[in-house]
Amino acid sequence: MTTPAKTSDAADAAEAAGPKHAGADGRPEPSGPARALRAITGELRRMPYLLLLPGIAWLIFFFLVPLYFQAKMSVSSGTLDKGFDLTWTWSTFSAAFEDYDEHFLRSLYYAGAATILCLVLAYPLAYTIAFRAGRWRSLLLVLVVAPFFTSFLVRTLAWKTILSDNGTVVGFLNTLHITDVTATLGLTEGDRVLATPLAVVTGLTYNFLPFMILPLYASLERIDPRLHEAARDLYASPASTFRRVTLPLSMPGVVAGTLLTFIPASGDYINAQLLGTTRETMIGNVIQSEYLRVRDYPTAAAMSFVLMAVILVIVTVYIRRAGTEDLV
Amino acid sequence: MSKQGRDAGRVELTGLSKRFGGFTAVRPTDLTIPEGSFFALLGASGCGKTTTLRMIAGLEAPSTGRVLIGGQDVTGLPPHKRPVNTVFQSYALFPHLSVADNVAFGLRRKGRKDVAQPVKEMLELVELGHLGGRKPAQLSGGQQQRVAVARALINHPQVLLLDEPLGALDLKLRRQMQLELKRIQTEVGITFVHVTHDQEEAMTMADTIAVMNGGVIEQLGSPTELYESPKTAFVANFLGQSNMLPAAVLGRQGDDLALDVHGVRMTLPASRAVPGSSGSSRIVMGIRPEKITLGKAEPDDAHRNMLRGIVSEASFIGVSTEYRVRIAEGSELVVFSQNRDDERPRVGDEVVLHWNPRHGFGLDAGQDLDAGTGEDAL
Ligand SMILES: Nc1ncnc2c1ncn2[C@@H]1O[C@H](COP(=O)(O)OP(=O)(O)OP(=O)(O)O)[C@@H](O)[C@H]1O
Ligand SMILES: [Mg+2]
Repeated sequence: MTTPAKTSDAADAAEAAGPKHAGADGRPEPSGPARALRAITGELRRMPYLLLLPGIAWLIFFFLVPLYFQAKMSVSSGTLDKGFDLTWTWSTFSAAFEDYDEHFLRSLYYAGAATILCLVLAYPLAYTIAFRAGRWRSLLLVLVVAPFFTSFLVRTLAWKTILSDNGTVVGFLNTLHITDVTATLGLTEGDRVLATPLAVVTGLTYNFLPFMILPLYASLERIDPRLHEAARDLYASPASTFRRVTLPLSMPGVVAGTLLTFIPASGDYINAQLLGTTRETMIGNVIQSEYLRVRDYPTAAAMSFVLMAVILVIVTVYIRRAGTEDLV
Repeated sequence: MSKQGRDAGRVELTGLSKRFGGFTAVRPTDLTIPEGSFFALLGASGCGKTTTLRMIAGLEAPSTGRVLIGGQDVTGLPPHKRPVNTVFQSYALFPHLSVADNVAFGLRRKGRKDVAQPVKEMLELVELGHLGGRKPAQLSGGQQQRVAVARALINHPQVLLLDEPLGALDLKLRRQMQLELKRIQTEVGITFVHVTHDQEEAMTMADTIAVMNGGVIEQLGSPTELYESPKTAFVANFLGQSNMLPAAVLGRQGDDLALDVHGVRMTLPASRAVPGSSGSSRIVMGIRPEKITLGKAEPDDAHRNMLRGIVSEASFIGVSTEYRVRIAEGSELVVFSQNRDDERPRVGDEVVLHWNPRHGFGLDAGQDLDAGTGEDAL
């Protein structure tokens, strides 16, 4: 140990002895200019809360209040004509679960499959846009959101044509005997693609792809390219650089993207309705028909709650597992 | 530390150049960096130092030329297959990995399983043994810098490339890290190629310095060699300070050149003039400020070069005083004088400047005499 190193050594030891000595965020205290800047920002500290007000109001009126009425409805009984009374009928929940467990599972399965497909398709795309696109970057990003310029319904209907029995796509898949393989797996039926699980999952994947690409792009774009160079310099092959550096650093994007895809996809009913049959009915379709066709509001409300609870549990477990809070 | 014989850490560049579009960042360069040396690449901002280093590391493909490490041609090899490691200008530590995992990164990629012990030893070497569990964001700049060094050194590269590793540190820490890096280099004995734009840093740390300017290496040598015998005005000004005196060559007397400087006869050993310049009729004679003796009377030794002038400025620095002496209209010399005498010259005094002819150096007259001074040297 050389003498000039002593001072820093002592400082390090002091820091190590008590983590509380380091600032609240574990960083050393900022220097003069940083402190001055903080004084200015201190003035602005209350500002964010004021700016939050509209959002909070929105949340109260359009989320919490409806949620309250929905909760009340789920334990009420009655009919639309005679009105609903709060009777604390909990059996609606168990009945909903018993009658429609198959639909719940199917929804989760379709949404999960679509999420995985989205991830597989979106990752290379987001990676290319973030690191390889150069001056095409903005154009490619515009193209990613371009489908939003037409309605969700129209786009989904278009898939009906794309996947129609005598269309080119299905003809091509038939020629390559891909439909034979998917039929064996139970994803399609005979030579058809439309009105099969595959069609519904394809529709979901297509419709939610941008919600996967954008957060992935955002987190990939933040990665300092010099980290890739550092990894390459430290004997990591391109594949290993991806696995050890790029992928872990893009995990926040992966988590955000999968949630933004999985959550709305599991409640979706348009894709199942337009591209599937009664055999592909998802929980969203059941809720929709309970509300609008059967007009059994308590059951519809109870099922919405169950769906919410199931998703909440899945998401919580998933975030815990992904451990994103560990990331910078 | 070298594994493949004595010259495993020798770096040879032959005709190496780099163009970015129409812009030439590095002109064709030939350079040999001997095994085990502490080599500094010194130059002003934007002169191509980083680009040269990146070509050695394999992070940039050269436009022409070859890179040889330990005699083996690595020009076509990707960075992860080259026996070199880099300490990046910005450190580039992996933010998602702990300090220990950052340091272990290279060993793990090479398939080493038992990394705990070497990581511990390496962290001790850079005096960070107790911080292995922290994330890089929880370290100070100096600590991050040491992690970056440890992360590279643990792989025992044949050559360690350092790209202005101390640039982000304050002066005091920088001095301390310079000594520490030097200590580590002596301890592990591998070749260090150190890029810097700080001439003092290069002189204190390196045993060989290459001074780069505008994509070319202007001069290569030991710190003393570069300082005592600069070959261009850029080198003379970039390393320390120099007085430049345009002179006419009167002729040759034995081993010396006879010069006319502002109408005064002077001599300069022909061997101290840049080859080629001694043949022409005009030359620039350079003399370092501390080599000049400032007095009231003419020196006893008639062989010394001598000029008369008037003190126009005197700034007391402590160990010495910096004088500016006007020797002719619009021509001033800077002189550093030790504060040994009780009676020091004052502004307005008439003084005699004299120096040993062997301390002068001759440069080509056809160049910008201000190249590498203050402003553009950064
Ligand atoms: N990727 C690039 N594309 C175009 N020009 C580049 C690129 N990289 C570097 N240059 C140019 O090449 C020249 C040399 O750059 P380099 O990074 O090697 O400078 P440097 O000597 O390391 O400077 P500094 O001391 O500021 O780090 C600069 O003029 C720079 O603008
Ligand atoms: Mg640089």
